[in-house]
Amino acid sequence: MERRSLTATIFVYIAALLLAAVILAPVVWLFIMSISSTTDLITKPLRWWPETIDLSRYGVLLSSAANSAGEAFVASLFNSLEVAGMATAAALLVAIPSAWAVSRTPSVGWSLYAVIATYMLPPVALAVPLYMALSWLGLLNNVFGLALVYLTILAPFTTWLMKSGFDSIPREIESAATVDGARLDQILRLITLPLAAPVMATAALFAFLLAWDEFFYALLFTSDQRAKTLTVAIADLAGGRVSDYGLIATAGVLAALPPLIIGLFMQRALISGLTNGGVKG
Amino acid sequence: MTSNWITTRAWLLMLPLLIVMIAIIGWPLVDTVRLSFTDAKLVGTEGNFVGIDNYVKILSGSNFQRTLITTTLFAVLSVAAEMVIGVLAALLLNQQFYGRSVLRALMILPWALPTVVNATLWRLIYNPEYGALNAALTQIGLLDTYRSWLGEPGTALTALIVADCWKNFPLVALIALAALQAVPRDITAASMVDGAGAWSRFRFVIMPYLAGPLMVALVLRTIEAFKVFDIIWVMTRGGPANSTRTLSILVYQEAFSFQRAGSGASLALIVTLLVTILAVAYAALIRKSAGAS
Repeated sequence: MERRSLTATIFVYIAALLLAAVILAPVVWLFIMSISSTTDLITKPLRWWPETIDLSRYGVLLSSAANSAGEAFVASLFNSLEVAGMATAAALLVAIPSAWAVSRTPSVGWSLYAVIATYMLPPVALAVPLYMALSWLGLLNNVFGLALVYLTILAPFTTWLMKSGFDSIPREIESAATVDGARLDQILRLITLPLAAPVMATAALFAFLLAWDEFFYALLFTSDQRAKTLTVAIADLAGGRVSDYGLIATAGVLAALPPLIIGLFMQRALISGLTNGGVKG
Repeated sequence: MTSNWITTRAWLLMLPLLIVMIAIIGWPLVDTVRLSFTDAKLVGTEGNFVGIDNYVKILSGSNFQRTLITTTLFAVLSVAAEMVIGVLAALLLNQQFYGRSVLRALMILPWALPTVVNATLWRLIYNPEYGALNAALTQIGLLDTYRSWLGEPGTALTALIVADCWKNFPLVALIALAALQAVPRDITAASMVDGAGAWSRFRFVIMPYLAGPLMVALVLRTIEAFKVFDIIWVMTRGGPANSTRTLSILVYQEAFSFQRAGSGASLALIVTLLVTILAVAYAALIRKSAGAS
């Protein structure tokens, strides 16, 4: 460790405090808004900490009373869970065999690049035909239809992550088992897939977060509580005539909680995934 | 096992993925190309073949040109800011200080916050009547009267760039930090013994390690920024007076608000072509810089 002058040390601490403030201030403010009373949020000069802590909005949003703000919110929460869950499971299902095949058979590797290249495509390039097709199939405003569309994003992404995961498992282990007379399905089931479990978990988390975050397709392809996801519900709140800013903030906090928890607890796995080339949009 | 069989087996294993990709990416892309030469509506009429009419109208129209400029401004400014702030934050996080691991952990917060929640949050912060930015600036005496940050064409784009930058610079910082940690300690120590100043140490000792990962981050962030839709839709819907309308917003309006599927498809393909040119140019750049170092 090189020695630092006192001035440099002070500078480092000031910069660190500044960075912490920049990162924390907006997130903390979102939380404070969610627990402030409406009067506190519209007084001038603005109060930065509420006079009394008001948690009632969490109750409002999480209640399922008919025709309440909560009913719509809870419905969109479940839609988001369903769509993200189904899309993640389907993406892994198609990604794992292909990722393994590409990893072990370099001669078909070019097809992987074709798949990855589609990740660069702007969603607007596919949106019109997808809308027409979903409409024709009767899958507009439907969680299955939306999950299917999400595969356009999740499948290339998970294949890419899984392929680099399989690359790091030495193929000698598999050839040794082949020599011992194991069949391919036994090798995959008993050796390769258990070894790849951590990568699969990371890929699943990333895929889930991507789907949880998705807005464009959800905005286009859903229209009411039967399929509307959280992102669309929140955008509706933010853009609508809701006068209670605290309620909008509360919806934001609740929607942010699952990814924030995943982010904080899975930090190591996520960061190694990110820095190995997988980058969330 | 023959190599023929191994190749066939690989294709069989890839079959499910390929079928899905062709059904939900390949076919829609081809159909977008077909639609782009028609005057089809989103609902109802199949449309007639109109040749390159849509393209001519779009490329000669002032809407497209203005939107292209807005998109480029957004992408260049936000990505440049994210790169600079991200690298500075990474250099800081690579120093020794108390609380460093906590600060590193915090960097994941903006990244994990859903884009729509981030947009909503900043929309509340910029609120013209009750927003925190107005309140803070007034209370410390920097501002006399509340302003409508997102409602004035002069400030809306900048306000969006700040919000986008806050969400995305930590990712650049984490990528840069991982690269910094790969710089061998003895090299930096040796360069200090040789009398290298802070700047030349950064430029000649550290930068070679950073260049590769940063280039990848730059490519991916630029392409993402060029395709931007969510944050702008939630914060301004492209307004005021179309001052924050980007290409993806324009496609949305054309194809879905005005239901002109044909010209919406042509516009979408022009955007796709621009993104592809960006991607190819960057790929060449990366290969060149990888070859140089």
